[in-house]
Amino acid sequence: MNAIDKRDRRDRYAAGVMKYQDMGYWQPDYVPKDTDVIAVFRITPQDGVDPIEAAAAVAGESSTATWTVVWTDRLTACDKYRAKAHRVDPVPGSPDSWFAYIAYDIDLFEPGSIANLTASIIGNVFGFKPLKALRLEDMRLPVAYVKTFDGPPTGIVVERERLDKFGRPLLGATVKPKLGLSGRNYGRVVYEALKGGLDFTKDDENINSQPFMHWRDRFLYCMEAVNRAQAATGEIKGTYLNVTAATMEDMYERAEFAKSLGSTIVMIDLVIGYTAIQSMSKWARRNDMILHLHRAGHSTYTRQKSHGVSFRVIAKWMRLAGVDHIHAGTVVGKLEGDPATTKGYYDVCREDFLPERLENGIFFDQSFASLRKTMPVASGGIHAGQMHQLLDLFGDDVVLQFGGGTIGHPMGIQAGAIANRVALEAMVLARNEGRDIVNEGPDILAAASRHCTPLRQALDVWKDVTFNYTSTDSPDFVPTTSVAG
Amino acid sequence: MRLTQGTFSFLPDLTDEQITAQVQYCIDQGWAVNIEFTDDPHPRNTYWDMWGLPMFDIRDAAGVMGELASCRKIYGDRYIRISGFDASHGWESVRLSFIVNRPANEPGFALERQESDGRRILYSTRAYAAQLPEGERYS
Repeated sequence: MNAIDKRDRRDRYAAGVMKYQDMGYWQPDYVPKDTDVIAVFRITPQDGVDPIEAAAAVAGESSTATWTVVWTDRLTACDKYRAKAHRVDPVPGSPDSWFAYIAYDIDLFEPGSIANLTASIIGNVFGFKPLKALRLEDMRLPVAYVKTFDGPPTGIVVERERLDKFGRPLLGATVKPKLGLSGRNYGRVVYEALKGGLDFTKDDENINSQPFMHWRDRFLYCMEAVNRAQAATGEIKGTYLNVTAATMEDMYERAEFAKSLGSTIVMIDLVIGYTAIQSMSKWARRNDMILHLHRAGHSTYTRQKSHGVSFRVIAKWMRLAGVDHIHAGTVVGKLEGDPATTKGYYDVCREDFLPERLENGIFFDQSFASLRKTMPVASGGIHAGQMHQLLDLFGDDVVLQFGGGTIGHPMGIQAGAIANRVALEAMVLARNEGRDIVNEGPDILAAASRHCTPLRQALDVWKDVTFNYTSTDSPDFVPTTSVAG
Repeated sequence: MRLTQGTFSFLPDLTDEQITAQVQYCIDQGWAVNIEFTDDPHPRNTYWDMWGLPMFDIRDAAGVMGELASCRKIYGDRYIRISGFDASHGWESVRLSFIVNRPANEPGFALERQESDGRRILYSTRAYAAQLPEGERYS
């Protein structure tokens, strides 16, 4: 049971400083309850600091402790509220760091509040001096806590029903150049891309309301483009209108305007903060709006393995907070993304139950208890020639965003969009026919390009473009085979 | 214009052999296969008419292809689509949907604009074909 019960309470609460592990924050025999929140941190203690004491300190500083003993603990059910470090494992291949598992009682957290959850788990503790570095690797969020969140306002299934698009990844493009276009010229790019065959176009993260293009102008011209493209193709089209702004009042105003114009989707940036994201999620739920989240800023704290917060944790928080789309990496594109780690992010977005899979960076079984699913978005440096790899890596429930890979086509934006759509449909058809698309992919694309000149041109232009750099954020565990019986 | 609803509308019209392979894929995934037809191509026209009930228990694509042939005999001048429906928990919706028959002539859509306050425009998409009563639109 609780280690503190065995200790003489008079000694425990004597004024002064004592080790965190002696204050009850290290309990190696503790068995986490089904309702506990569990966090696993990668801790790198300062030289000479015992890893157990470091883990206990993290537990203490992320729950009830301060640097010295306080008698006022005794006015509370302090044994319950104390977080319990209960397991410390060495990190494979990394002698200076450890994985510390810490359990938190559910009563420590306000229901349905990402801000409150994160204020504890990644609050003060990341600046704690006895640690050189600290990284939140994963969290097990109990069903009891998951159920206090609304989750995505639309979700993958309803989004598909609303758009009438099934059986293939959705296609998008971010309008480029990302800054400087006037509203009228911006809408031109949207129209060409959607008429050519994309499902969505997208504002970039830093398109808000600047001197070259006021937000109302952008929205009006974009919706003209969306409706023209819809009439030209008979298909539902959308454009992510970025409503990110300085204040909630501004964001609500922009979102209401997007709704009044008949947009199916609005967009926000991660930098608006957790509370603003949850507010916009509730607005989207009230207004039948798909909510796209661009993860602007995340790499400042997700990319380095030693310190920060893993993106898999951010993805979990965002599914709870309630976004319908989230950028989750491309593997093959221009931005950071190890394949095994990225698979973990996609699973967090799309699965209802996620089993522990250390090789994908998933440290815990996680149930989402029927919470709607978030559509991952693969964006940044991808092109039609990679279609077989993208479909194999991500399956159907993903938005593939080809910005440069649409707008940079030598014969224009419509041709770029046609190339992407034909490549995608040819690859899905071949996969469903049972063909080995990973190995036959280039042949399948070549065959499809025989009836599609724009695809042939795209393959010619980008055939040698790859971004092969070593990932900084890769799994610590490799799958091992065990000999049965 | 070419209506591009459905999963494979950017490819040349699928042959019966290709359709059979996709139907078999749906069956192998455990999805029910449904045949629907319409002469109203509006992008928000969700409820196409069903050719019988979804085929929940069919094992072989040949059975579906027989139904498709019968449907084409009567409604060959209209749009016909095949969809795979997945009843498993957490999805309970369509998984794949593709057009397998289309009218010889697709006149497309008019976009109507109603000017409103503050430069806002209210848009309506109207299928030229749908000006005529159902059943007379493509024959």
